[in-house]
Amino acid sequence: MFAYVSRRLIQSIFVMLTVSLLAFAMFRFVGDPIAVMVGQETSIEDQERLREQLGLNDPVIQQYGRFVSNLLTGEFGFSYRTRQPIGEMLLERAPATIELGIVSLLISLIVGIPAGIYTALRNDGFLSQTILITTLVGISIPTFVIGIFLIYLFGVQLGWLPTFGRGEVTEIGWWKSSFFSIKGLEALILPAITLGIYQLTLTMRLVRSEMQDVLNTDFIKFAVARGINYRSIHYHHALRNSMVPVITIIGLQFGGVIAFSIVTESVFQWPGMGLLFLESIRYVDIPVMAVYLVIIALVFVVINLIVDMLYFAIDPRVRLQPEAG
Amino acid sequence: MSLLLNVTDLTVEYPTRFGTFQAVKNLDIRLEQGEIHGLVGESGAGKSTIGQAIMGLIPNPGYIATGDIELNGESIRDLSQTQYHKLRGAKISMIFQDPQTSLNPLLTVEEQLVETIRQHSNVSYDDAFSKAVGLLEETGISDAKTRILEYPHQFSGGMRQRVVIALALCTEPDLIIADEPTTALDVAIQKQILDLIKHLAKKRSVGFILITHDIGVISEITDRVSVLRNGELQEVGPTRIVLQRPTNEYTKALMAAVPRLDKKLDRFANILDDEVQLSTPELLWKVDGASPEFASNWLLTGERHESDDKPVLDIQNLDVTYFKKGMFSFGNDEGFKALDDVSLSIPAGKVLGLIGESGSGKSTLAKSIVGLVRPSAGQIEFLGEALKFGKARSRQDATRRKIQMVFQDPYSSLNNRRKVEDIIGEPIRFFGLAKDAAEQRKIIASILELVEMPQRAMLKYPHQFSGGQRQRIAVARALVARPEFLICDEPTSALDVSIQAQILNLLKDLQAQFGLSILFISHNLAVVRQMADEVAVLKNGILVEKGEVESFFSGPKDPYSQLLLSETPSADF
Repeated sequence: MFAYVSRRLIQSIFVMLTVSLLAFAMFRFVGDPIAVMVGQETSIEDQERLREQLGLNDPVIQQYGRFVSNLLTGEFGFSYRTRQPIGEMLLERAPATIELGIVSLLISLIVGIPAGIYTALRNDGFLSQTILITTLVGISIPTFVIGIFLIYLFGVQLGWLPTFGRGEVTEIGWWKSSFFSIKGLEALILPAITLGIYQLTLTMRLVRSEMQDVLNTDFIKFAVARGINYRSIHYHHALRNSMVPVITIIGLQFGGVIAFSIVTESVFQWPGMGLLFLESIRYVDIPVMAVYLVIIALVFVVINLIVDMLYFAIDPRVRLQPEAG
Repeated sequence: MSLLLNVTDLTVEYPTRFGTFQAVKNLDIRLEQGEIHGLVGESGAGKSTIGQAIMGLIPNPGYIATGDIELNGESIRDLSQTQYHKLRGAKISMIFQDPQTSLNPLLTVEEQLVETIRQHSNVSYDDAFSKAVGLLEETGISDAKTRILEYPHQFSGGMRQRVVIALALCTEPDLIIADEPTTALDVAIQKQILDLIKHLAKKRSVGFILITHDIGVISEITDRVSVLRNGELQEVGPTRIVLQRPTNEYTKALMAAVPRLDKKLDRFANILDDEVQLSTPELLWKVDGASPEFASNWLLTGERHESDDKPVLDIQNLDVTYFKKGMFSFGNDEGFKALDDVSLSIPAGKVLGLIGESGSGKSTLAKSIVGLVRPSAGQIEFLGEALKFGKARSRQDATRRKIQMVFQDPYSSLNNRRKVEDIIGEPIRFFGLAKDAAEQRKIIASILELVEMPQRAMLKYPHQFSGGQRQRIAVARALVARPEFLICDEPTSALDVSIQAQILNLLKDLQAQFGLSILFISHNLAVVRQMADEVAVLKNGILVEKGEVESFFSGPKDPYSQLLLSETPSADF
């Protein structure tokens, strides 16, 4: 267990170093940061002083070292655009994205897994085919079209749900949550569905195909031949075996949801990290982009680590080495 | 003894696009308590379908068209699915072929056994647990109390099959259908499992239906045997009588095609061939000037090593160690020694049979010779020159052409997306063996005919051929490079007995005609006896014995060879 986890940790550190190098390279290659920061009328001498102050004249290696150690100590630097510390900006935005991500993930799991099981077991049923065709339509339409359609239907025509923003938020320390008020929850519904529908389809289809594969294996046939009741065969024997690959994909998807909620956030004007990133791109706010890149990589790495540990919990073949010889 | 199972006039049909296909035709089987009844036949004989029919598990869209299945005097054919499912486990159970796949990998043996026991009888968890431990002990698992807590992958193949048998027995069924229960196992373990089945049948008076393609297994443990072909019963009777004095033509041919362990024959008898003849245009299609004579002349023209008394291949003190791969693995990885100080030589124009159980390093040796595996120490001399190891042997190296290989599974060794012409043509192009496209075509057509395939086969894709035909194509592909040394790695173990006989005959003929030196790898001792001039036995990467074939089989010296030989179920009676 220890060796397994430490091996994964070392791999993760390499990934993070690579990503931070890429993020750092952005500063070097996307124009002169001083020119972006200062106005036209700043004198050359002032510019030089600023350059010296910010350490931009130091050797590249030294600058990279400083960049990494700053990241490690939580010194993310300042945004070019708003002049605010990036750490604060992200902390303010992160809860919105994380909550949106979690809710959409829950939606995709709560609907996707049972639907996957159902369609695997009743392959030819009318309901199965309907579900499969509907979700196929769902997966083929781009996210922003679905978002706009939902806004039109539930926000504009029916007027049931708010169409933008987070509604009411409750502050728990620095964490602003939408979970504790009706208004907040209402505001969460449409963006979460929009973001979750793709994962839902993916989860469902994956569960379905994995389940169908497992149902054709010898050990399921053997269980049937032993007269084990079908309930246990389906939910105890087959489902657990189907979950191993499903967990990997769900993990990666969750990373993707956090990282690429950009489209959904901009359609619903959701004040999360995605929207921040979009604005940063618009204003060539390189420090924010660089930190965002590193943070997202960290999210992926952490999720992957969790997925690996889950393997460990689920699959005895990873946990226990076979007997020698 | 009373009648346990009575199958009468059973016909199983599958609707297909071209009308109904009868997988089993008007079949009768009777089985008494404690009897082991063998069902033997080649693939497509309908053996497994019978098992499925008795279990009530015929896969869609198949169905029972006629006939009746009686268990303990009661008809079970028309039971509803729910009623039938109650019967499974309680009255009839099943053992599958591959113990690697027939246990749920995520549940402990305890969970699987206890669940099954409690499914069929109303006992407490503790009672079920102690019964499970008892069963494991009965099936020969030592230290059952602690091992029951383990997961299937922690057991070796033979032990796993014992767990499977315990699982099939734990509900005390009257009838167990064993579908090729030992095919995936090594000889020594096969023997143990067969003994166990025999013992259980007697002691618990459980009826067994043993489905297998292996006549040796049949003669070893069955009381009665039914010989099947294309879904039809050919012959039935007490095993001894059917095997010794078969009356049916097919049974006779089948028996003759089984490689014998007790004596060496010149050729295998061909099973009478009533396969549908390929249509005439198929046979008439010819490439200009192509003929088997052309092929044999062409094969003999290439540059050839002057044959002298020196061995073709001389392996000296070969070591192969496998290390765990991984960029971030720490610590001292001592690796796994697949071959340990192996020295062997193969005389020119002879066949060396390499025998060993799974994991003995047979295939590793073959891979080291062809350069797929890099040995860690030792030397291989080919025609007097040292072979470069692994990737150090360039693609242009002359020995790449001179050493060719035929693989075990003809279904995965041929690329299904390329035509046979391209497959066989590739070595010709790669080694530049033909002057122009026309000559290449002529060579391909001729060599196909040499391996007894119609020339027109070159226009088709591999999936249009049966296993035996595919193996012929694989042999043709190896031959066309004009090799001086051929490695056959279990070339017939994926094939039926009759097809095996044909392929082995073909290899024998080609070997005699072209004086090929062959390394013939097999776990099947009988096949090695028929094919080889010399024999070498590997055990856990160590060469335990080598010698001339006849003296080896008449009196093996090493205890391990003696064990192997005595445990091989033989078809002699």
